[in-house]
Amino acid sequence: MTIQKTTIVGQSFPRVESNAKVTGAAQYVDDMQFGANLLYGKLKRSTVAHGWIKRIDTSKAKALPGVRVVVTGQDYPGLTGLYLSDRPTFAVDRVRFIGEPVAGVAADTPELAEQACELIEIEYEDLPGVFDPEFGASAEAPLLHPDLMDYACAPFIFRQPGTNISNHFKVRKGDMDAGWAEADQIFEHTYYVPHVQHVPLETHAAVAQVDGNGKITLWSASQSPFAQRNLIAKSLGISHSRLRVITPYIGGGFGAKAGVSMEGACVIMALQAKGRPVKLVMSRAEEFYTTFVRQGLTAKIKMGMTADGRITAMQNTYYWDAGAYTEYGVNITRAAGYSSTGPYFVPNVHADSLCVYTNHPIGGAMRGFGMPEIHWAIEQHIDRMAERMGLDPVQVRLLNCLKEGQETVTGMIMHPTGLSQCISKAAEAIGWDKPSKPSGPGKRRGKGIAAMWKAPAMPPNPGSSSTIRFNEDGTCLVNIGGVDMGQGALTIAAQLAAEGLGVPISDVRVNTVDTDYSPYEWQTVASRLTWSMGNAILRAAGEAKQQIIEMVAEVWGENPQDLDIIEGNVVSYATEESVPLKNIVVYGMQKPDGTWAGGPVVGKGRFMPTYVTPLDAETGQGPRAVVHFTTGAQAVEVEIDEETGEVQVINLVSAYDVGKAINPDMVRTQMEGGAVQGMSTALLESIILRNGKPMNPSFTDYRIATAIDAPVSMENIIVEVPQDDGPYGARGIGEHAMVPTAPAIANAVRAAVGVAIDSMPITSEKVWAGMRNDKQ
Amino acid sequence: MKHDITLTVNGEPYHITVQSHHTLLHVLRDQLVLTGTKNGCSEGECGACTVLLDGEPVNSCLVLGVEANGRAITTVEGLADNGRLAPIQQTLVELGGTQCGFCTPGVLLSAHALLQRNPNPTEYEIRAGLVGNLCRCTGYVRIVDAVREAARLQQASATS
Ligand code: FES
Ligand code: FES
Repeated sequence: MTIQKTTIVGQSFPRVESNAKVTGAAQYVDDMQFGANLLYGKLKRSTVAHGWIKRIDTSKAKALPGVRVVVTGQDYPGLTGLYLSDRPTFAVDRVRFIGEPVAGVAADTPELAEQACELIEIEYEDLPGVFDPEFGASAEAPLLHPDLMDYACAPFIFRQPGTNISNHFKVRKGDMDAGWAEADQIFEHTYYVPHVQHVPLETHAAVAQVDGNGKITLWSASQSPFAQRNLIAKSLGISHSRLRVITPYIGGGFGAKAGVSMEGACVIMALQAKGRPVKLVMSRAEEFYTTFVRQGLTAKIKMGMTADGRITAMQNTYYWDAGAYTEYGVNITRAAGYSSTGPYFVPNVHADSLCVYTNHPIGGAMRGFGMPEIHWAIEQHIDRMAERMGLDPVQVRLLNCLKEGQETVTGMIMHPTGLSQCISKAAEAIGWDKPSKPSGPGKRRGKGIAAMWKAPAMPPNPGSSSTIRFNEDGTCLVNIGGVDMGQGALTIAAQLAAEGLGVPISDVRVNTVDTDYSPYEWQTVASRLTWSMGNAILRAAGEAKQQIIEMVAEVWGENPQDLDIIEGNVVSYATEESVPLKNIVVYGMQKPDGTWAGGPVVGKGRFMPTYVTPLDAETGQGPRAVVHFTTGAQAVEVEIDEETGEVQVINLVSAYDVGKAINPDMVRTQMEGGAVQGMSTALLESIILRNGKPMNPSFTDYRIATAIDAPVSMENIIVEVPQDDGPYGARGIGEHAMVPTAPAIANAVRAAVGVAIDSMPITSEKVWAGMRNDKQ
Repeated sequence: MKHDITLTVNGEPYHITVQSHHTLLHVLRDQLVLTGTKNGCSEGECGACTVLLDGEPVNSCLVLGVEANGRAITTVEGLADNGRLAPIQQTLVELGGTQCGFCTPGVLLSAHALLQRNPNPTEYEIRAGLVGNLCRCTGYVRIVDAVREAARLQQASATS
């Protein structure tokens, strides 16, 4: 690709909306004002993990003065789901997890709504549950979805009839016998990842209202306004044009706000509310078990390696504890399948990634989309093998990591990638070859490294679009359908538009999403916006620029090739004439003969990948599984207190190949935030589930990292090997930042004290117990 | 039960009637429509609702509205002076200490109070001062940097 000179792309502008965020002016859904007419919604949730609903009596709730709406699954039995339509908005005849919405109430005050929920009487008949994915996949397990094969389903999801397996992604590649025969060492081990929660600081919030024309407006804290419109409209059997979704600022998502969770319930209540708006906001507790969680994983890894460290074969089985509904989770299983070897060249692979129904909260998308979980296993396994063979973990990774032109696990040819660079740079920055010196007696230190890869996980054809319009004063409005959930989409959009148009970034304003006015965007997930939406914005800017230049060239009698736009002025390289954009971008320009040229400038652009191919259901092989992979590595140094087992992260280095950093400082803030989120899950987080009951759904009992827990020091390294179809070569970084953190820390803990932790999180208790066992 | 109370919010006096069970967070957000202060948990565990009560940071979800009677409250809306950002607001913008922004109002008030109490905090004091404010986006690095830089700015302007 040609290197383009840029003035705005590659600069670290502060985020365009930060003034609104530091003054309290930024409005989130719960901040919007709906007047005294507003009704407050509340969900009546299941208290049993699996059971028949024998009886629901809502009469007492309905009789309570001030209660305006009471709905149950009987009123709207339609199913919904992103890849597999297996989820009712309200449970119809059976419940499948504790926290599942069974009824909804809207009342004049939150207190009344709460009281009404308590007055709803439900009688359940308990059914045996499934609380372990390996058991769930077995023939003995009770069937949670007998109708599995009747659900609407995406063609690349492979359900197994008569089982709890809603997707089975298989890889059968090469010759396993030959692979094992070639190995000098074969090692097999099992690793576990518990359920965790995304914990956006803003809980899910929605307001819905139906006007006299039947038009429904949903204000939603969502990563996916267009997907919400699509899924909710389909589940209600209404036209897309009847539903409008508006998303203002959102307080973090990390995948929790992708797809639809409780928003459909809010719309259903509004349909009964006689025109009054209904607000539904999740409590922190509900966030842990009524919306999405990250799936649990049991990962069995078997690997063969030659004496010099070459991986000869891998046999991996991933049992995903996907929860009661797997409408989104089925695709996590798929992503884990086509990435199942980690970022390594492995000639012989046998992999099974199984999406298993359990009576647990719904597993949804979470930052990394299955990658932090499988890398927890793969990246520890590589280190443990290296140790057995007396090899250096960095060298083993450099030897095996995928290089341009090699075949990935699905037979796709790897594109140019800076993975080797990332591994080397992270190792160098952490001082891999230097010994770690503890801060004092009773402390021990160690270093660890982990590499990663991740592709945007999505259907083959998710589209992006953008429009750019000008104002009279030469400033412009960029419309996008992507959401800024904190990752900086608005700023990246502004930079790309400004660069593409040739105007200062201060002249660009980017709108938040309103599906009635914003152009289509599939979803804000998969770290795909900078790449996909970025391309659409550049094309819109290119079209707007062309309109302007053609108009000016016509009026000046010049060749459009000689004109450019620089800092908001059209300039001619031929005649050195110049004219500001002000006025001409709306009113056009008067020609020497007194007639006019041009008109209001509107640029539009779109982008959709068209080259992804299907994969074979039996072998997982195909020419192009995904659009691309972002790769990287993290290295950490930890210090462990021998008395308590407490792990402190002293230094954390991240190195990622982002193709091109549109805004380098924002790339670094993604790396930092992701690394600390990864560290938090590694050391602290786990939703404790006992027979399906979440035992710790609050910040008191489910701790996340605080300012004190964050690493003492962090370093972020940007590697830039351009993406052939990325804007200025860019690819995504948002999710990748937390993928290798947990195994890197686990590897460092093993290096420090020789304690191997198979099951996340790496708590002080586990490390302490491990050290004690060693001594005995 | 209802109570008539008088309070000052960001320098403006208010006479309002509040319900006994309503929190200060509710009063600020729903009665006075000062929605800058956020609710992240309602349980005193996240710090998103931090405001200053007579200069001291409190979780407004744990304070009852009636307890604010006769007292002065500062919210995020009151930090800037006539459109001029306070040093900590300025440095948080410049150093990238806000991402989704939901924790930001609480972070700003905790940091502001910290700098009032301790104009020259150490790294540890800054981190300890922010320990009640959960942030899931930033990893805290830039927030800590911003507090350090705001301290420097404040000292510089005090000595100049
Ligand atoms: S809302 Fe008050 S501490 Fe979380
Ligand atoms: S910026 Fe999102 S929680 Fe702090």
